[in-house]
Formats: sequence, C-alpha cells, structure tokens
Amino acid sequence: MTPLEKLEILTAAAKYDVACTSSGVDRRGQKGLLGNGVAAGICHSFAGDGRCISLLKVLLSNDCAFDCAYCVNRRSQECRRATFTPEELCSLTMEFYRRNYIEGLFLSSAVVGSPDNTSERMLAVLKKLRREHRFGGYIHVKAIPGASPELTYQLGLYADRMSVNIELPSQRSLQLLAPQKSKEKILTPMGMIRDGIWENETALSTYRHAPSFAPAGQSTQMIVGASPESDRQILQLSEGLYRKYRLKRVFYSAYMPVVSDRNLPALGTPPPLLREHRLYQADWLLRFYGFSASEILDEEAPHFDPLLDPKCSWALRHMEHFPLEVNRAPYEMLLRVPGIGVKSAQRIRQARRYAVLEEQDLKKLGVVLKRARFFLTCRGTSMSPLPTDDPRVLAGVLRERTAFHRTQLPGRDSPAWLEQPEQLSLFSPTKEDRTKCLTGQI
Amino acid sequence: MSYRTDLVYRYDGSYQGFLCCVFACFQHRELPLSIRPWEEAQQSLFGSREIPTQPELAQRVERSIPKKISPLALEWVRKGFLACLPQREMALLRFLLLGYKRGAAVTKLTTHPVVHPVGQAVLAVENEAHHVLEFLRFAQCGEFLAARIAPRHRVLPLLAPSFCDRLPSENFLLFDGEHGMGFFHPKDTVGEFFQADQVELPPPSEEELQWQRLWKAFYRTVAVEGRENPKLRQSRCPQRYWSLMTELQDQAGQKWPGLSAVQL
Repeated sequence: MTPLEKLEILTAAAKYDVACTSSGVDRRGQKGLLGNGVAAGICHSFAGDGRCISLLKVLLSNDCAFDCAYCVNRRSQECRRATFTPEELCSLTMEFYRRNYIEGLFLSSAVVGSPDNTSERMLAVLKKLRREHRFGGYIHVKAIPGASPELTYQLGLYADRMSVNIELPSQRSLQLLAPQKSKEKILTPMGMIRDGIWENETALSTYRHAPSFAPAGQSTQMIVGASPESDRQILQLSEGLYRKYRLKRVFYSAYMPVVSDRNLPALGTPPPLLREHRLYQADWLLRFYGFSASEILDEEAPHFDPLLDPKCSWALRHMEHFPLEVNRAPYEMLLRVPGIGVKSAQRIRQARRYAVLEEQDLKKLGVVLKRARFFLTCRGTSMSPLPTDDPRVLAGVLRERTAFHRTQLPGRDSPAWLEQPEQLSLFSPTKEDRTKCLTGQI
Repeated sequence: MSYRTDLVYRYDGSYQGFLCCVFACFQHRELPLSIRPWEEAQQSLFGSREIPTQPELAQRVERSIPKKISPLALEWVRKGFLACLPQREMALLRFLLLGYKRGAAVTKLTTHPVVHPVGQAVLAVENEAHHVLEFLRFAQCGEFLAARIAPRHRVLPLLAPSFCDRLPSENFLLFDGEHGMGFFHPKDTVGEFFQADQVELPPPSEEELQWQRLWKAFYRTVAVEGRENPKLRQSRCPQRYWSLMTELQDQAGQKWPGLSAVQL
C-alpha cells in the first residue's frame, strides 16, 4: 500500500475524534530540536467542515479487535485496514511540521491485539519522534482504555496532552454500545493521568529538570446523539468530569451515522449539530463565565432551547438581576449579560476606572449592543429601544431565526412561556409593513 | 502642544525618521498638519519642513518613551508603525503627545478618541501576524525552505522571531511581496532582513510535490461529510490567504508562483 493510500485510510478513520487543539504548553525552541510550543494554540488550516486543523490527526492502525457499535473501525465492519510503520509516521510528522502545515501530531489507534500491545507500539513511535528525530512540537496521544498504568505513564512522559474518550455519557449506553470497554477501564486511566500531572507539578516546583508529564493537561470526548441521555445529564457529567479529573476540555461530537446497528439511530439521520453547538456554548459558560450546570439546565428544562442560546435563556429567566449599570456592576454580573463576553467584560472593567462609559464607548469596547442593550443602563439611562422588559417580548426579539433552518431538530418540549404561537408584535414591523413602507402606503 | 501650524513634515518613511519627526515637533514646539514620506507626491499647497533622519535623536526619543510613558506604549508605537493605517504617523504622534502628558495610564484610556485608533491598529497588526503565522506555507527549494506572504500590514518583523525559535537548525526564507521585504535565516545563526522587489524561486522538486500531494490528501479526507460548512471556513480562514496555502490554492483560482533562478 502506498503512503498516500495509508494516509487517506487512517485519516478517514481518525476524523471523528474532534479533539484537535494544540494549546496548553509554552515551550521555547532549542538548537538541534525542530519545533516549539505556543500556549495559545495555532490553527494552521480549516477543513471543509469549518473545523480547525492544527495537528496531524491519524490512527496508528485501524485494525481493531474491539466491536463498539458506533465506530467506523469496529471489527465486524468491512473496510480497508492499514497500519503505519513508526518510520513512515515520524517522517510524515517531521516533513509536515517543517512546512508549517501542522503544529504537531495527534496519535490515536484502534486496539491491535490487546490494549497493552497497542500502547507499546504507540510508545515506540513517540520515542522515535522525540529522541531520534528530535521533534520539539506538540504531541497529543490517546490512552487506550484497559492498558496497564505503567505504559500509560510512559506515554505521558513523551506527550504534551493525553486523553481518554468517555464516548458515551452513561454506563448503560456504554454497556449496550461498547461492551468491551467499561466504566472502570475508562475512568482509571483518567484518574491516573490526573494524579500523574499533579505529582509532576509538585516535582517541577522542587526540581527544575524533573521529566514533564503531559504538561498541557488532559481532555476527553463525548458522542452526542447516539444514545438517549438528555442535555442536562451530559452537562452534569461534564461538570463532574471537570471537577473530579481536572480536565482542560470536554469535546462533544455530534453522532454521524456511519454504521447501521439496531441500538443506534438509522443511517441517514442527520447529525444533531445544533445540539452539539448548544453543548459547546454551555461548556464555555461552565468554564469561563462562572455558571454551574444546575443554573443552565434543571428538571423542568432538561433540554436546550433551540432558538435561544443558554446564556440568553438564563438571563430571560432571571430578569430580576437586570438591568445592570455598566459603570458600577461587579465583573461577575457583567459576564452574565448576553452580548458581553470575557474580553468585553475585562475591557469594561479596565476602561471604567479611567472614564465614565457611554453607549458609544461600549461599541468601541466590542460589546454586542444588539443583545446587551436590553440588559444594561449607562449612567442611569436604559439603552433598550423597547418600552417593556417582559421576557416573552425580549425572547421574541433575541431568538435566532437562522439556527432553526440550518439544522434538523428532534421534537422537544420548549419552555412553557415560549410555546405561544407567534403573534404580530406591536414592536417589530412585519414583511408586509416593510413593503408598504417602500410603496408609500404607510 | 497648543501651537498648531499648517506645515507638512516630510521624512524618509522609516521608523527612525518618524522618531526624528517627533523630536522636531518638540524642538520647534509645534504640531504639524500631517507627516508624509518624501516619495509621496506633494498633495497640499501648504508649506513643508524636511526632517532629516539622525540616529542619535531617534534613540533619544525611543529611550524616553518607556521611561516617561511605559514599555507597553513603546510596543504600541512600534507595532502601530507597522500598520497600514492612513495618517498613522499623525495618530501615533498624537498618542505620544498624550502619553507624555498623562504617563503610563495612556494605554488604559481605551475609549479616548486619540488612544482608540492606535489600540485598534495594534490589534489589527497582531491579529494579522497571527493569521500569517498560521497560514504561511514553506516549500523545500533546494537547500532551504521558502515561503511567500502577502499581508496587508508589515508583519514580517513580528513573524521572524517565531520562526527563528521554531526552526533554529533550518535554512529558511520569508518574503513579503507586497511590501518588498524579506528575511533570510541560515542554519544555526542569526538571520537578517533584506529589501527586494521580487524573489524568484526554483520550481518545486518531485519530492516536494509528493509531500504537497500528501498534505492535500490529508486536508481533503479530514473534513467530515455531512458537516460541510463553507461559510464557517471562510469566516475563520479569510479568502485573501488562500492563494498562498498549498491545500486551498486550487480553490482560490491561482497557481503557485514558482519560476526560475533565485535572484536576491
């Protein structure tokens, strides 16, 4: 098999693993080494589906011994199988890196023979890359569930980031769809990586030349839409994972039906892209905006609103906090205003120490006034163009009209106060009104 | 500076020349109407003052900025000068005058009408430098790696240190065709900038074409079918960079420029 064919097969097998950031570690280059690390991460290209390409994302082999129902590489599926030799993979990585195509390597693998055998092969590749080829760029390696802790630890010494995929949000789904993986086999390496990172941080503070273990932390991935959990369960699981395993990121992958199985959605079902988008929005709220999972979704609303993002949805449910005075409100409350992100809130906090902020100043600072004006006052005057702050009216103005058309939505219960049929609003002109304006009838 | 004149300062277009203009502004206690490079044709009927470039004066001004204002203000002035802002010299001059009056707080007055344009220009330069760093593609030409860039702002001085850190043991060349400047880094030594209108590179070898084919195959395969989103791709990777990216050249409608012998 030519290198081109192998690359195509093993990239196609790896592309459903969405973790592809090259962030988390700042490492200066050295003479004799090729490569450095940039903590912010660098996205060298963007694929046709809009996602960033920053690493060479391949499997070492797609010749899997396991039979997980959702996976395109499962043992019972008929497809071409290929395996890279360590030299092929190393030269691909080095030559792509030199040409500034990639920031590093993302190495995963199907389970060849046994988890320990696979981990040993991956370790051989990493050792060759770091020692023989003197590669100093980013390496993200996946730990294989069920491998021995010693091998997983060894992998971490050569990699910048490690991850283990949780794949399915509950134990029952895991037993049904991936019987050869178990909850323990997945969570044990995650705990081990967490402890290894913590020990390493303490060791590094004492001995400067202690070997580094996964300095960019660990992450994980969940498949959304393959199993019947609610958004609330997924979000609570994410929050628990962040807290317990000190993860850097949780990735969500909308389930693309590539294999047919009676326990999975039929082939041809469109992927739940909007749901994945809402989960990422909620994930950002958990990590950067100080929200907790129970504030975003609760028992009455276990699913995301398709027409309003989670932050707007929370704000409209809690109008007692608004409107906020921009010049006086605390930073934590400014973060909760729709239209004000982390950067805008930091800029507001810094700018208001030197000048009293007016509406045109907020525009200069990058605040999305189209959404934020309903929730803010400047020097006591409200910026909202509406004479009311009834949440139902605001929801009508704020909801996204385009999101609904672009993606399919399974039937869901939207909150009771949004269920009313759309009425002609007194405040926004209809299409007929606009036409009448142009023709002079109004 | 309360004494505004209707003089136009003319200088040689370099950063040292600009600092000499700042010095002249204080020396003659006046605020010029505009500051223009010599090459530009006379656009106004106002009188002009020629400002010669003297390195000692430029150094005096540059030393005073971190002392009297702040090191961040010096960084802003240097990056702001790289930007292609219309009337950037006057914007930077007004920023410096305000800085000398107010001190280190000037970089924090982000909504001030004098500070805001400079802050935005610096942000534009930094963002473009980051984009070019991401989308730049090297090709192996004989013994060295070569890359062409075509940015709006003069970001080459911000890119060169990153690549020197990343590829210390490689020979590489960066060339900015729009602004006529380039950077050459020999293996394991300090690189240097040069000025050139054009650089002609040898055509890519068979091995180089093979690596490019492998990369294009990877790029094509890694996109998930059923999630195509050209609008998202375009918003994150603007089309103006596509013509110089190996994997997106065909879609940009332009061929990779690789011609005859090197001419430096």
